[in-house]
Amino acid sequence: MNVWVFNLTVALYVLATLKYLLFIILLRELLAKIAFLSVSAGFILHSVAFVLRYLEAGHTPVTNLHESLSFFAWAIIGVYLAFYWRYRIKVLGPFISTLALILMIPAMVLPKEILPLAPVLRSYWLPIHVIFAFLGNAVFALAFCTGIMYVIQEHQVKSKHIGVLSRRLPSLGVLDEINYKALTFGFPLLTVGIITGSIWAQYAWGSYWSWDPKETWSLITWCLYAALLHQRLTVGWRGRKAAIMAIIGFLAIVFTFLGVNLLLTGFHAYSNW
Amino acid sequence: MDILVIGINHKTAPVELREKLSFLGEELGRSLSRLLEFPEFAENMILSTCNRVEIYATTRDVERGIVALKNFLAEYHGVSLEEFEKSLYVHLGRTAIRHIFRVASSLDSMVVGEPQILGQIKEAHNIAAYHNASGIILNKLLHRAFHVAKRVRTETKIGDSAVSISYAAVELAKKIFGALEDKAVMLLGAGEMAELAAKHLITAGAKRVVVASRTYQRAVNLAMIFNGEAIEFDGFHEQLEGVDIVISSTGAPHYILRPEDVLGVIKARKYKPMFFIDIAVPRDIDPEVNGIENVYLYDIDDLQEVVDTNRERREREARRAEEIVEEEVLKFYHWHKSLDVVPTVVSLKEKLEEIRRRELDKALSSFSRITEKERRSLESLTSAIIKKILHDPVTVLKSSDLNMDTHVYVDAVRKLFRLEGEEGGGAKRQGGDDGD
Repeated sequence: MNVWVFNLTVALYVLATLKYLLFIILLRELLAKIAFLSVSAGFILHSVAFVLRYLEAGHTPVTNLHESLSFFAWAIIGVYLAFYWRYRIKVLGPFISTLALILMIPAMVLPKEILPLAPVLRSYWLPIHVIFAFLGNAVFALAFCTGIMYVIQEHQVKSKHIGVLSRRLPSLGVLDEINYKALTFGFPLLTVGIITGSIWAQYAWGSYWSWDPKETWSLITWCLYAALLHQRLTVGWRGRKAAIMAIIGFLAIVFTFLGVNLLLTGFHAYSNW
Repeated sequence: MDILVIGINHKTAPVELREKLSFLGEELGRSLSRLLEFPEFAENMILSTCNRVEIYATTRDVERGIVALKNFLAEYHGVSLEEFEKSLYVHLGRTAIRHIFRVASSLDSMVVGEPQILGQIKEAHNIAAYHNASGIILNKLLHRAFHVAKRVRTETKIGDSAVSISYAAVELAKKIFGALEDKAVMLLGAGEMAELAAKHLITAGAKRVVVASRTYQRAVNLAMIFNGEAIEFDGFHEQLEGVDIVISSTGAPHYILRPEDVLGVIKARKYKPMFFIDIAVPRDIDPEVNGIENVYLYDIDDLQEVVDTNRERREREARRAEEIVEEEVLKFYHWHKSLDVVPTVVSLKEKLEEIRRRELDKALSSFSRITEKERRSLESLTSAIIKKILHDPVTVLKSSDLNMDTHVYVDAVRKLFRLEGEEGGGAKRQGGDDGD
C-alpha cells in the first residue's frame, strides 16, 4: 500500500517538475499554479506514504537507502513549501522539484521491502537523529538551489549581459537573504542532528564519537557551514562567496549521505542499500 | 453604419502641426457637441494627446463623412486643409477597428508598450460619453479596445522591460538589491539624466539621497528637490560607505573614483553590495571597479546596451500583440456586421420559422389521425401567423435603415430574440471590458 502511494507521489512530482520547467520557459502564471498544486498534493501523498510505511514497518521508515532518499526528498519539498509562504519565489519551484525528483527516481528503483530492523537501530534516537539531520540537509538543499541561482544571476549582472535567465531569476538581494536565512535555520538543525547522533552512538556503541567515515564527513560539512556563518557575520562573506559556499556545503552533504555509504564502509552501513 | 477614423500622429505630422490641430480641455466638449450637429455622424469621439489627434465617428455615408471631418478640422482650427491633408490618415471599417485596438494597446505609440495612451483613451471616451457623443457602437468599440489592451499587457511582455536609460538603471538596481526601500543614493554632479534616474529610484522606494556637486549651491538646490542632503564635493569619499547606489555625472576630465577607493569602502561596508551608475562622458569611475566583489558598475554604454536589448524584446513581443489584436478585430467586426438590418431580419425569420416547425411537429405527432388536407391547412395557418407577427417589426427595421438609429433597433431585436451573432449573447457583455 505504501509503495502504491509512493509511486503516485512520484507521478505527481514528475507532473509538477514538467509544469515548472514549462513555466520557466513560457512564464505563464497558470503553469506555476498548477505545478505548485501538484507539488503540494504530492507532498501530502508523500506524507501519507510515510505514515503507511511507518504503520506497516513498526518503526520510522528511514533505515535503508530507498527510505532515506524518499525522506530526504520529502523534507526538501516540505522546507520549500514552508519557504514559499514567506518568499513566494516561483522560480525556485523548478529547481526544488527537479532536485526532489533526482532523489525520488532512484528511491523508486531501489528495493522497497520492509526488512527486520538491525538491533542497533532499535532506538528512540533513530527518528530524532534522522529527522533533525534531514531537515537541516533539506534547508541546505534550498540554499544550494538559491546559491546556483545567485551565481547565474550575479554573472549576468556583472558581465552586463542581462539575458533571458536573468529575467526569470529573483534579485541578488533576495537570493542572498535566503542564503542567510537558510544558514540560520539549517546550521542549528544540522548541529542538533550531529549531537543527537552522538548521544545515540553512546547508547548504541558505547562511544560518543568514533571517527567512522559518516561522522568524519558530517563534521567536515558542519565545519564548512560554521566557517560560512562565521565569515558571514564577521567579515561579510555575502553574495557570490556565500552562494558558492552553500553549493560546496551541499555537495559535502550529498557525499556524507550517499558517497560514504556507497564508497566507504563504516558503522553507518546498515544495509546493502 | 460604418466606423471612421481620421487623424494625424507623431509618425505623419511634426509637432507644430499636431499642436495646431489639437483639442485642449474645454474645447474638447464643445467640438464634440458641434460634431453631433452634423447630419453625417451618429456618434463621435475625439482623442487628442501630444502625439496624436484623432476623430472617431460612425457614419452612414463614408464619402461625405470624410469630407465633413476634414473640413471640420480645418475650419475649427482655422488651418487650411492643404496644410495638413497630406499628414492625415483615414481608416474605415475593419481597418478603423484595428487602428483603435493598436493605439489602445500602445502598438502605435512612439515608444511601443508605454502604457500612458490607454489612460488617455479612457479619458477621451469618458468625455465623449459625458457629452452623449458616443453611442452603442463607439462604446462597444472602446470597451473592446480596453479589453484588447489588457490582454496585450497580460499575455505579452511588451511593457515589462525598461526602454530608457534612467529606467534601465532602476531595473538594474532592483535586480541587485531586490526592494529599494531602505537604500541610500548618492548623486555626484548634476545632469538631467542623473536627476531623472534619482527621481525614478526614489519613486521605486529609495530612502535617502546625498548630493555632491562642485558648486555647493547647486548641490543644495538639487538636494532640496529630493528632500535629501547636500555635501561638499571634496568630502564625498567619506560618505560613500553609507550609500548603496551612486549616480555619477560630473564633468571631471579624469576618474574621480578608483578601484582602491572603492575597495576600502566595500570592506568597511562588510561587502554589502554597491551599484555605481556612471553616466558621465568622459567616465568618472575607473571601469576596473566592476571587478571588485559585490560591486557593480554600469557606464552609459552598458545602460544603452540594456535599453537596446529591451527594445528588441519589446518589438518581438509587439508581434505577438499584433496577433491578439487581429483576433479581436475579427470578433468585433463580426459583431459590428451583425448590426446590419438584412442579416438580422434573416436570422429573425429563421428563428421564428424554427419555433413554428418545432411546435407544429409536436402538435402533429399528437394527432392520431390527420388528413393531408388538414395538415396542409395547419401549415399555412401557422405560417400566416408568423408572417403577420413579423410584418411590422421588419417594416420598422427596414425603414429605420435610412435613419441614424438603425443599430439601436437592430441591437434591441438581436438581444430580445437572442439571435446569434451577438457573441456570448445578451446584455451582460455590453458594459464590460472584462473579457471572455
